[in-house]
Amino acid sequence: MWFQKNTKKAGAIIALAASAALVLSGCSSSGDSGSGDAGSGDSGSGASVTFLPKNLGNPYFDTSSKGGEAAVEEFGGTFNEVGPAEATPDAQVSFINTATQQGVDALAVSANDPQAICDALNEARDNDVKVVTFDSDTNTDCRDLFINQADAAGIAQVQVDMITEQIGDKGQIAILSAAANATNQNAWIDLMKEELEANHPDVELVEVVYGDDDDQTSFDKTAALLQTYPELKGIVSPTTVGIAAAARYLSTSDAKGEVAVTGLGTPNQMREYVEDGTVTEFALWNPEELGYLTAYAANALVAGDITGAEGDTFEAGDLGEYEVGADGVVLLGDPFRFNAENIDDFDF
Amino acid sequence: MSATTTSTRTTGLRPIAEYDRPLWQRLLLTRETAIIALFVIVVVAAAVIVPNFGSKITMTYLLLDMFPVLIIALPMTAIIVTGEIDLSVASVVGLSSVLTGVLTQAGVPFGLTIVLAIIAGVLCGAVNGFLVTVVGLPSLAVTIGTLALYRGLAVGLLGTTAVTDFPAFWTDLAKEKIGSTGIPVVVILFIVLLAAFAILLHFTRFGRGVFAIGLSPEAARFSGVDVGRTKLILFVLSGAVAALGGIYYTLRYGSARGDNATGMEMQVIAAVLLGGVSIFGGRGALHGVVAGVLLIGVLGSALRLANVTSDVINIITGVLLIAAVVSSSVLAAIRSRRKSTRKPRLVGTGPGNA
Amino acid sequence: MSTTTAPAPAQTPERRSGFGTAFGRLARAREASIVLAVLIVVLAATLTNPNFLFSADGYRDLWLTPSLLALVAIGQAVVLITRNVDLSVGSILGLSAYLTGRLFIDLPGLPMIAVILIAVVFGGLLGLINGALVAFAKVPALVITLGTMYAYRGINVWWTGSDRINASDMPKPFLALGTAQILTIPVLTIIAVVVLIAVAWWMRNTRAGRECYAIGSDPAAAELYGLPVTRRILTAFVLSGALSGFAGVLYAARYGTINSQAGSGWELDAVGAAVIGGVAIFGGVGTVWGAAIGAVLLMTINRVLPVIGVPDFWQRAVVGVLIIGAIVLDRVLSLRQHRKLIEGREAKQ
Repeated sequence: MWFQKNTKKAGAIIALAASAALVLSGCSSSGDSGSGDAGSGDSGSGASVTFLPKNLGNPYFDTSSKGGEAAVEEFGGTFNEVGPAEATPDAQVSFINTATQQGVDALAVSANDPQAICDALNEARDNDVKVVTFDSDTNTDCRDLFINQADAAGIAQVQVDMITEQIGDKGQIAILSAAANATNQNAWIDLMKEELEANHPDVELVEVVYGDDDDQTSFDKTAALLQTYPELKGIVSPTTVGIAAAARYLSTSDAKGEVAVTGLGTPNQMREYVEDGTVTEFALWNPEELGYLTAYAANALVAGDITGAEGDTFEAGDLGEYEVGADGVVLLGDPFRFNAENIDDFDF
Repeated sequence: MSATTTSTRTTGLRPIAEYDRPLWQRLLLTRETAIIALFVIVVVAAAVIVPNFGSKITMTYLLLDMFPVLIIALPMTAIIVTGEIDLSVASVVGLSSVLTGVLTQAGVPFGLTIVLAIIAGVLCGAVNGFLVTVVGLPSLAVTIGTLALYRGLAVGLLGTTAVTDFPAFWTDLAKEKIGSTGIPVVVILFIVLLAAFAILLHFTRFGRGVFAIGLSPEAARFSGVDVGRTKLILFVLSGAVAALGGIYYTLRYGSARGDNATGMEMQVIAAVLLGGVSIFGGRGALHGVVAGVLLIGVLGSALRLANVTSDVINIITGVLLIAAVVSSSVLAAIRSRRKSTRKPRLVGTGPGNA
Repeated sequence: MSTTTAPAPAQTPERRSGFGTAFGRLARAREASIVLAVLIVVLAATLTNPNFLFSADGYRDLWLTPSLLALVAIGQAVVLITRNVDLSVGSILGLSAYLTGRLFIDLPGLPMIAVILIAVVFGGLLGLINGALVAFAKVPALVITLGTMYAYRGINVWWTGSDRINASDMPKPFLALGTAQILTIPVLTIIAVVVLIAVAWWMRNTRAGRECYAIGSDPAAAELYGLPVTRRILTAFVLSGALSGFAGVLYAARYGTINSQAGSGWELDAVGAAVIGGVAIFGGVGTVWGAAIGAVLLMTINRVLPVIGVPDFWQRAVVGVLIIGAIVLDRVLSLRQHRKLIEGREAKQ
């Protein structure tokens, strides 16, 4: 009678899994609202917001979710964070679907693809889930708001300024990006190219390589760049994973100090490379504030204070008042430059 | 050949053993029945425990998510029954997804694109089949190679860009539901394929040949089964169905990318083995496989709804797979030990079962 | 295709410790041809871009990059030789790498050598689980290690969560291990070569090693002959796990950053490296030398493609072609060998 034992055994596993699921769902403050119900009873008046970053285990998004959680606590809602291990759009779709099934009030997404997750987001919106994108936008017709960390022109400008200052406005540079179809990366890179052509005739952009926001890939790509272009003067990496990997490769290589690395990074990742002289200066906005603003915007949408139309204004806790711009975009502010003088004032 | 076959002389002992029990036992006390029962238990438990699991939309999403795995599991079952394996299916999904994107971008009418993508899948399967049957290489090594090759072609053709502009009629069709039932339209396609494979495997001469090859390729050859041709056909079918899965994947997620469906081969194989198909070949049935796929899907869906992260789903998938295989192997060994006083010895497994 | 080569003089068999058999010659020719392939690839890349070999970093990376995969491929080769396969090596690597990082953070007083040993033993234990399931339950390794691949990776993600270990969390001397060089040769490479020589010696000259080949060639005969099949299979899996664990430690030292996805996908590279190096997937044939050189070829090609102007998106396709080419070549050679032996036998009669 082997099958009985088999089902017993399997049954035990299932029971285990189910109890694990119970325990875990008990621990994580999930919005166990009946489908479609706004908010759950035990958590005050605020909205239940589920954050869906590009991938989990990415320190940048850990920080933004921290900000989101802080905001949700302030307005008394329920916070939850889900996400895939790999930054792909198809993996995000199933999490969007799950949020739809759970009937959360709002979903805050950083999109891995502007188009691919659109249908899933629209299904969520049909089920009364407010959709706010942050960090990386989708097409405008499948979200209610986009919280922009900085406008593309500002980001491109600050990176071109930093790299040209560091290499003396002359020589070869390369760009180490994330995935080749990351919306925000490509927009910035195009603007950087324009800016370089217009105002920096002696700086030559030799190649754009893609590290897929994967640490090891970015590390190996940096190695390949330095070999392929012996005259290389600088590397710009508009992604936090890329800049850290590039700096780490350089810090142990002969090119340390010869080749400048700059781009967008977080202070905690970059601290030691600024201290050992591999990196002079890099920039970023504050991801914690980005998550914080995103959560408040979601809450304002759920409460009906704003609809996402141009000119709407809402209060974002400690950050003050924000206004919705064209196409439902809310701008966080200008990027901030970190260097040896100020890096110790920050901890994220 | 099952792990417990004592020596080549007693090959064929097991099929006989199957008939020494009454009919109701033979129908009910099978691995397939066990897995179906387990599936039902999980569904009921999830409906009771997990909030929102009972809603219609859960089933819709589950079927939409699992559709590619469901259809690819059909030819995979037949291939594993012959004692071979095809690890390249997920890469074929990726390649046909990319081809769908590239051709659509080039302005090819979508109907023709579908035909061309399926032809590409047939070619991929034919290459696998050719290397396995004509050149005589072990399928495990061949399909590890083609896994890398087809994935490389997929990624190479599109780089890391994605094509995301598809005719709305087709993308809607991929997600369309039948009336108000919440059942996706693509399920009809799955049922058609399931019926076709069920007839092919369980009710035709060709299908009997498939099982015969799995039990003993030599015996099958002597009894008039064209072993090479049978395997070649199965690999071609596997490629074609995987291509179909790739087209669906592209439309469902609205994006053709080189890395689509990475790792899906593991999901398919895990589901097939969970469904009671023996990795040694010669044993398996489609209803168990379908239950196996749905079981993995339901577990994932329920755990996600309960806000359990995807890693726990992987742990459970792995443990279930090992438990299913080990328990059946161990229990069969105990049974055969009870039957024969001689200690069972492990006979060398076929090349595909390294 | 006619064989234009003169028939081999079969009258003077070389006598070199049983390794002078036709098969030994074949194996050696195989390894030599891969070494040649590596040299051609490096030469091509260097001609295109002298920096590939003649810059300090380029030279260092030439040695350094394949070292980790070589370790994993050596273990994989031993498992393949016993007619099994270990798909869980990538997950074991990831878990051990994370364990290494955690040990440094949670037990700051622990000496480096202890951390390394703990991680290696840990990898060996994970391998033992694989081996026990395969050997005692008599289930094909493919299924078991597919299951443990899932389970170990799941445990890794569960344990790591969205945490990641950064270079700053680990002691400087340990990280220096990742890039340190002795006489221009990176330490990691020296470690890999030492391991390679040890395992190769064990496989070739000890009873246990030879029995691995016997088991892989014909499990039934090995069982009948009374070889300790279970023990040897356990050993092979423990070795594979321990080497993957060791590779995990070195991964931590080399890359400095560990998240829950470290080492994912390595299992296919490891099997691929072994197969390219002439280790047959149905057991009994091949050497760990071949697997290690196969790893060198794989990783070097990965680095060369961008240098010679092939977008590295095609990298996987090249790997696939190599694997298929290698097994087809083996098949052709062994068929020819078989024919030759038959001809030789008929000539004698």
